[in-house]
Amino acid sequence: MDPFTDTLQRLREAFGSGRTRPAEFRAAQLRGLGRFLRENKQLLQGALAQDLHKSVFESEVSEISISQSEIDSALRNLRAWMKDEKVSKNLATQLDSAFIRKEPFGLVLIVAPWNYPVNLTLVPLVGALAAGNCVVLKPSEVSKSTEKVLAEVLPRYLDQSCFAVVLGGPQEMGQLLEHKFDYIFFTGSPQVGKIVMAAAAKHLTPVTLELGGKNPCYVDDDCDPQTVANRVAWFRYFNTGQTCVAPDYVLCSPEMQARLLPALQSAITRFYGEDPQSSPDLGRIINHKHFQRLRDLLSCGRVAIGGQSDESERYIAPTVLVDVQETEPVMQEEIFGPILPIMNVRGLDEAIDFINRREKPLALYAFSNSNQVVKRVLAQTSSGGFCGNDGFMHMTLSSLPFGGVGTSGMGSYHGKFSFDTFSHHRACLLRRPGLEKIYAIRYPPHSPRNLRLLLLAMEARGCSCTLL
Amino acid sequence: MEREVQRVRAAFRSGRSRPLTFRRQQLKALRRMVQEREKDILAAITADLSKSELNAYSQEVISVLGEIDLMLEKLPEWAAATPARKNLLTMLDEAYIQPEPLGVVLIIGAWNYPFVLTIQPLIGAIAAGNAVIVKPSEISENTATTLAELLPQYLDQDLYAVINGGVEETTELLKHRFDHILYTGNATVGKIVMEAAAKHLTPVTLELGGKSPCYVDRDCDLDVACRRIAWGKYMNCGQTCIAPDYVLCEPALQDQIVQKMKDAVKEFYGENIKESPDYERIINLRHFKRILSLLEGQKVAFGGETDEATRYIAPTILTDVDPGSKVMQEEIFGPVLPIVPVKSAEEAVRFINEREKPLALYIFSQDNKLTKWLIDHTSSGGVTGNDVIMHFMLSSLPFGGVGSSGMGAYHGKYSFDTFSHQRPCLLKSLKREGANKLRYPPNSPSKVDWAKFFLLRRFSRGKLRLLLLTLLGVLVAVLIKAGHC
Repeated sequence: MDPFTDTLQRLREAFGSGRTRPAEFRAAQLRGLGRFLRENKQLLQGALAQDLHKSVFESEVSEISISQSEIDSALRNLRAWMKDEKVSKNLATQLDSAFIRKEPFGLVLIVAPWNYPVNLTLVPLVGALAAGNCVVLKPSEVSKSTEKVLAEVLPRYLDQSCFAVVLGGPQEMGQLLEHKFDYIFFTGSPQVGKIVMAAAAKHLTPVTLELGGKNPCYVDDDCDPQTVANRVAWFRYFNTGQTCVAPDYVLCSPEMQARLLPALQSAITRFYGEDPQSSPDLGRIINHKHFQRLRDLLSCGRVAIGGQSDESERYIAPTVLVDVQETEPVMQEEIFGPILPIMNVRGLDEAIDFINRREKPLALYAFSNSNQVVKRVLAQTSSGGFCGNDGFMHMTLSSLPFGGVGTSGMGSYHGKFSFDTFSHHRACLLRRPGLEKIYAIRYPPHSPRNLRLLLLAMEARGCSCTLL
Repeated sequence: MEREVQRVRAAFRSGRSRPLTFRRQQLKALRRMVQEREKDILAAITADLSKSELNAYSQEVISVLGEIDLMLEKLPEWAAATPARKNLLTMLDEAYIQPEPLGVVLIIGAWNYPFVLTIQPLIGAIAAGNAVIVKPSEISENTATTLAELLPQYLDQDLYAVINGGVEETTELLKHRFDHILYTGNATVGKIVMEAAAKHLTPVTLELGGKSPCYVDRDCDLDVACRRIAWGKYMNCGQTCIAPDYVLCEPALQDQIVQKMKDAVKEFYGENIKESPDYERIINLRHFKRILSLLEGQKVAFGGETDEATRYIAPTILTDVDPGSKVMQEEIFGPVLPIVPVKSAEEAVRFINEREKPLALYIFSQDNKLTKWLIDHTSSGGVTGNDVIMHFMLSSLPFGGVGSSGMGAYHGKYSFDTFSHQRPCLLKSLKREGANKLRYPPNSPSKVDWAKFFLLRRFSRGKLRLLLLTLLGVLVAVLIKAGHC
């Protein structure tokens, strides 16, 4: 039997009752989320350490603070975001009231992944709650410890008539997706993204899909190798490479590669010590399936740095691969691990061609002292987001929309973009019954004279009509 | 077909459609096409819908010209990067959102306003720098043929193509990969389009339909209300996605409404409606018969005359309509207006909310509070108060549905944005690496505290203050390194 029917019915009824509409209710939910984070910080850090061997620093920076920041922003801006947005009017509507009303969609489904199980669950949740929806949350079953906290502790902080956590694996997901939602927000792989969208199509449910891909990282000859190596290494090995916007592979000239390798080694040693396995700042692979997948990738090309692994801990050393062929597995799938292949290109043109031959990535990076080079890469490629001379810093700016394009996703969120994503923008035009004499020009019987006046009213400049 | 799609994609890859000068040139060419070939365009529309040329012009051509002019005027502004508000960590960097073309856009048009519903999306797609494949509705055959003839004569033939055909060809077309699909039509096909799009992770805009309710309050200027409703309902013989589909009002109002609408119809179309050049016909026999079947067992208060030979259906009003009857089960898309009596505004709201979210909601009332209350307690693509259709005309309002009436929106800037990828860009420099030491491992509790400070603290004013903070950050990094914190 379908375990979700009752829960969904209950939430739908709650939405129908209008409970989630008032700003006070939404603010209360957001404050509840804030309290959840503050009162359970240790618990969450512990869960993240269990699931991903995430350090306190990483938990704070990439999961807890980011989520807190979004909650604070939503609370600060809620009323401003909720306000009807007035729009400019034309001659015919001068005396009318024209505005866009932001409305909740209704019942929203948020499907979250395992790599940043707090951030990628709570940040969309902030948007959905701020926008006044009822929410069904499906955390990832892969990050088991965090899933437990989200399922058992989080609901206590929210109004449970309007919020529910549902659990399960692929089979339960399939069942869940057969139901009708008013919006689905999915973070995960493109393959599953297709399944979600196809399921949504059956109910004409709009979706935001935050997917992934292989994020290219172009390193120009004109740059300081150590600075670049610091930055690329940090963003690559953060969360053990299990980041949708991590630099996936490097594109550079053979000369640059020669300078980059020692710099990367130096950065890795400085970050994680001589024995990275004992560093508290390096995480672990989420599960055995991914560990095995990544371990197989270690045999692609040639290991220039790292390459060690330890199955008992699901540990993989920060690794750099060279002499990699485009056809090898490490260049065919999103790596999602602490392995950085370096592909050689002879110049910027070849790099841009290489990038454009492939699917549009979620993020694109270009390192160069030359602003021109950076801007050229930007102008001649497409990607979800772009950062010049650094890694995924653009994600920390909530004034920038975060989302993909092409197979890396559709739609975006963060900050106000979250609120807008989870709202229906309803066009409203409120007119008066007066001035009917003027509007009469639109009624039949039609004549060239009326048409002339109509053109005037619609400010159709320079319209030469053969009928006049 | 395969070759044509590949040709359009190759043309996009060449980068030709990106420069603003090119886009403007194409839009101007489109404008020239509409003006120079006006006669051909009007002839096609009038042949398809038995419409007068004046109507075709005012209903379709004006909107197209207006949209082109708007795009030409606003293109530099809309295509420009928008600076984004920065935080402490990015204070000295460049942060902005850059609109970019998506690639190859597929536009599937509808038959009821065959010109504007195909060309208006095309305008937005061109303005956003995309290549476009247009698939006009095969049901409005003349317009489809004319578009296939005219567009290549004025627009870049490799970037913009017209592919005609029926269900088979459309299904085949949908197997290809596009970077955005805009479909105007019904929900059933909308689902098919979205399912096909899912296979390629192609985003879609679906402009669908539904039954747009029209609530008439006792406290309203009934004369004006009825004229406006009659105008919106019988325009294009009711074949408008945002036509008021049915009326909800108190039982006592029904007779008055019928009478006043009758008067309005007479005013619009004269005594002999069939002879009026301003009254259209049903598009084809299938729809004619469909609408006819909706009349079965209904109380015809006014109208009801039909003529199969010319696919004529008179402006018709049904009263005391039973919500369970056939005419209340599907979008009418014809000149038949059912009146469903309700006891109160509350009942009207319940009635509306029991059904799928409509594309449009109409409210006639002088009571602003009531209007606001009705809007607050319902949902719909759009709303017009005290009129019908008009929210479609304001290009600063997004035009689109919600729920089964559609997803996404277009018109004006919304078209431009729909067909663009808004790409966030952060440009940093390779300098000031010292400041970054704060973020690199090995980590420490004080680093965590500083990270929180930078992430959670909001930047207020003054570049000086920020410079101070950055320097402070560097200082802290240095101090941590030296083990003093």
